[in-house]
Amino acid sequence: MRFQDYDCETFYDEWMAAPGKPRPEASLLVRMLESLPAGELQRRQLAAERAFLVMGITFAVYGHRDGAEKVWPFDLLPRLVIMDEWERIDRGLRQRIQTLNLFLNDIYHTQRIVRDGIIPEEVIRTAKSFRPECIGLRPPAGIWAHITGTDLVRDRDGKMYVLEDNLRCPSGVSYVLENRQVMKRTFPQVFQASRVLPVDDYPSRLLDTLQFVAPMSARNPRVAVLTPGVFNSAYFEHSFLARQMGVELVEGRDLHVDGGRVFMRTTRGLERVDVIYRRIDDDFLDPRVFRPDSMLGVPGLMKAYMEGKVTLVNAPGTGVADDKVVYAYVPKMIKYYLGEEPILPNVPTYLCWEKKDLDYVLEHLDQLVVKSANESGGYGMLIGPHSTKEQQGEFADKIKAAPRNYIAQPTLGLSRVPTLVDGKLEGRHVDLRPYILYGREIYVQPGGLTRVALKKGSLVVNSSQGGGSKDTWVLPAPPPQAVDGLDVRTPITMGAQ
Amino acid sequence: MLSRSADAIYWIGRYMERAESIARFIDVNLNLALDLPPGTQEQWKPLVGTTGDLYRFLERFDTTTRETVIEFLAFDVDNANSIYSCLRGARENARAVRDVISSDMWEHLNATYLQVSDEGARGRARHSSYQFFSEVKLAGRTFEGLTDDTMSHGESWNFCRLGRMLERSDKIARILDLKHFLSNGKTSSGALDDIEWSAVLQSASALELYRKRHGRLIKERIVEFLLLDREFPRSVHFCLVGAEEALHEITGTAIGTFRIPAEQRLGQLRSELAFARAEEILEQGLHETIDAIQLKLNLAGDAITNAFFIAAPLYSA
Repeated sequence: MRFQDYDCETFYDEWMAAPGKPRPEASLLVRMLESLPAGELQRRQLAAERAFLVMGITFAVYGHRDGAEKVWPFDLLPRLVIMDEWERIDRGLRQRIQTLNLFLNDIYHTQRIVRDGIIPEEVIRTAKSFRPECIGLRPPAGIWAHITGTDLVRDRDGKMYVLEDNLRCPSGVSYVLENRQVMKRTFPQVFQASRVLPVDDYPSRLLDTLQFVAPMSARNPRVAVLTPGVFNSAYFEHSFLARQMGVELVEGRDLHVDGGRVFMRTTRGLERVDVIYRRIDDDFLDPRVFRPDSMLGVPGLMKAYMEGKVTLVNAPGTGVADDKVVYAYVPKMIKYYLGEEPILPNVPTYLCWEKKDLDYVLEHLDQLVVKSANESGGYGMLIGPHSTKEQQGEFADKIKAAPRNYIAQPTLGLSRVPTLVDGKLEGRHVDLRPYILYGREIYVQPGGLTRVALKKGSLVVNSSQGGGSKDTWVLPAPPPQAVDGLDVRTPITMGAQ
Repeated sequence: MLSRSADAIYWIGRYMERAESIARFIDVNLNLALDLPPGTQEQWKPLVGTTGDLYRFLERFDTTTRETVIEFLAFDVDNANSIYSCLRGARENARAVRDVISSDMWEHLNATYLQVSDEGARGRARHSSYQFFSEVKLAGRTFEGLTDDTMSHGESWNFCRLGRMLERSDKIARILDLKHFLSNGKTSSGALDDIEWSAVLQSASALELYRKRHGRLIKERIVEFLLLDREFPRSVHFCLVGAEEALHEITGTAIGTFRIPAEQRLGQLRSELAFARAEEILEQGLHETIDAIQLKLNLAGDAITNAFFIAAPLYSA
């Protein structure tokens, strides 16, 4: 495997400073790859894919009835992040999640930030995911968004930006943990020598977080993960997390509200539940409060929650901060609530509901990325430079019809990581989603999920749109030189006959 | 545990055992085919007869040949009791209780499913039938080993064992009944009779143990061995003792007593067999006795469903 012909083009490459010149943190991996016999990397790649298939680490693709499950493509070459940079990301994410929680608490109570003129009232009121039902709600410890996965991207200039906050039910953390397992088995020596920061304690920290926010009345808080069921695309993750935490995985039909409390139906009758890590959207949580046609939810759940008899994680209503217009105000929020400068900048964002921005966006549709304010998963999006005149026309009409629902951003030249494609190494664009837990303290999992757009030139990394994943290695500085010494205690031999 | 999870794991136990048992049925004929005197026709219809699915088979196929029967019993997507369907059912249930079963169990189950649903599986079942169905049998037993070895022996394990043992009781009875279908109600001639009995015993993994105990192939002793034996781990009686143990571990009721209909029905059937004699069974008719056992097993299964799995559990401790 040679890096001589590897072409960085005009993008920032996470491994290579220049053609043939690896960055210091990548030199160990580059040497290792160059020393592999021909075909060996492909062989290991196949073995890894086979491992995922046998482990059943799959996701459901909506709209496909045949088999309905796919293995999420995984690429063996990890993304590397050095400690200096990681520390800055870590601080930036803490700052951001703290701010967003203060914001959520504020807008569902006194709306100080609106009265002080930082965010127009209209933005909040018109956000589709604002939940009037949550006004006045006081979640335990004042935390609304306990579990988040923030999307970061690096532009051509090497600078990191926050692309999205994902405060509802971000998925993917199970892939971080499983990818890491596979990587350890695939490159044991390099992995050990690199002293990669561990990610494996996520499930126990998640359980701590969930138990911390249990209702005061619960002495031994009983936690459950609420899933829409086996047909949900993230079902694997739901069951994985429940298993790793050793808690019950429940569906709506397993739960029952009685006397204001929430119970599970078990073989021994009803058993109480105190904390629900729900992987169901607000809309489907409780047919009495939200969508009446929901078959996934639990009638009476919201009432029990509002009365403090059970804790929902994340709190309903957090989606308002995922609205892409609200997102544009986060840097101002940071200054407003914390009196600090944002550590991680936003991607510059044009708000189509402001006349000046709208005019600019309509004139530059061929250069900008236009996004619907309320969609996620790479849907409802126009990537200007990759679009036809016809598509741009369609979007112009949509934007003019509902300017509040659209924002636009410059098309970033996302950074790239070498990726194995047809037996060769080629650069592919990536983003990064670190996972953050907010309970007794804030925990940022070192690394996170690197999503990679596997199609040549593509900038869309979503699993539903041809994206794959990579392991993310946070490496302590300075770059390691040798494998650590082995344990030297006197071995105890086995007994013999 | 959750009623839904208990239901799923009980059916994982049943489906895995059923898949293995269907492979054992087919095995009877593969064994027979090797030993039949030259010129004797292979009989595949009895195999479908013993599963109780003959009508469903005849709706789909005109002839009972090796090809059609293996297709129906092993691969048919529309036959709910084909090996493929059982593995798919077990896997769907396992997906729903990934948090209850171990990763080892899941991975093994998933790999077995992938093997049987693989494009090449039909070809392998045709060209190396013996090998293919041996692998299915082995996969079932490996799953049992993994279940016993990697799950905590608590409530969920007992539900799995309960499902497995009830299913095994039923299937051993059906393997024994296969002899009835093979000889078509008549008594076969001496040599053929021996060949058929030893194929039946072999498929129940009973031939060696039977020979050690009784030596010669005698109808009364074979019936006794497969239905009533206290030590042979696949006899119907032995399996029912296991099922009863599992059920009483779950409920906490002392064995020999009952509080719920499931305990009563299972206990009655188990004690019937505990005090039965092979000679009396043969007097009353083997096929009829086996039918009665199967019916009672189904009733016990219904009672278990009612007690533990339906939305609002009737049973509460």
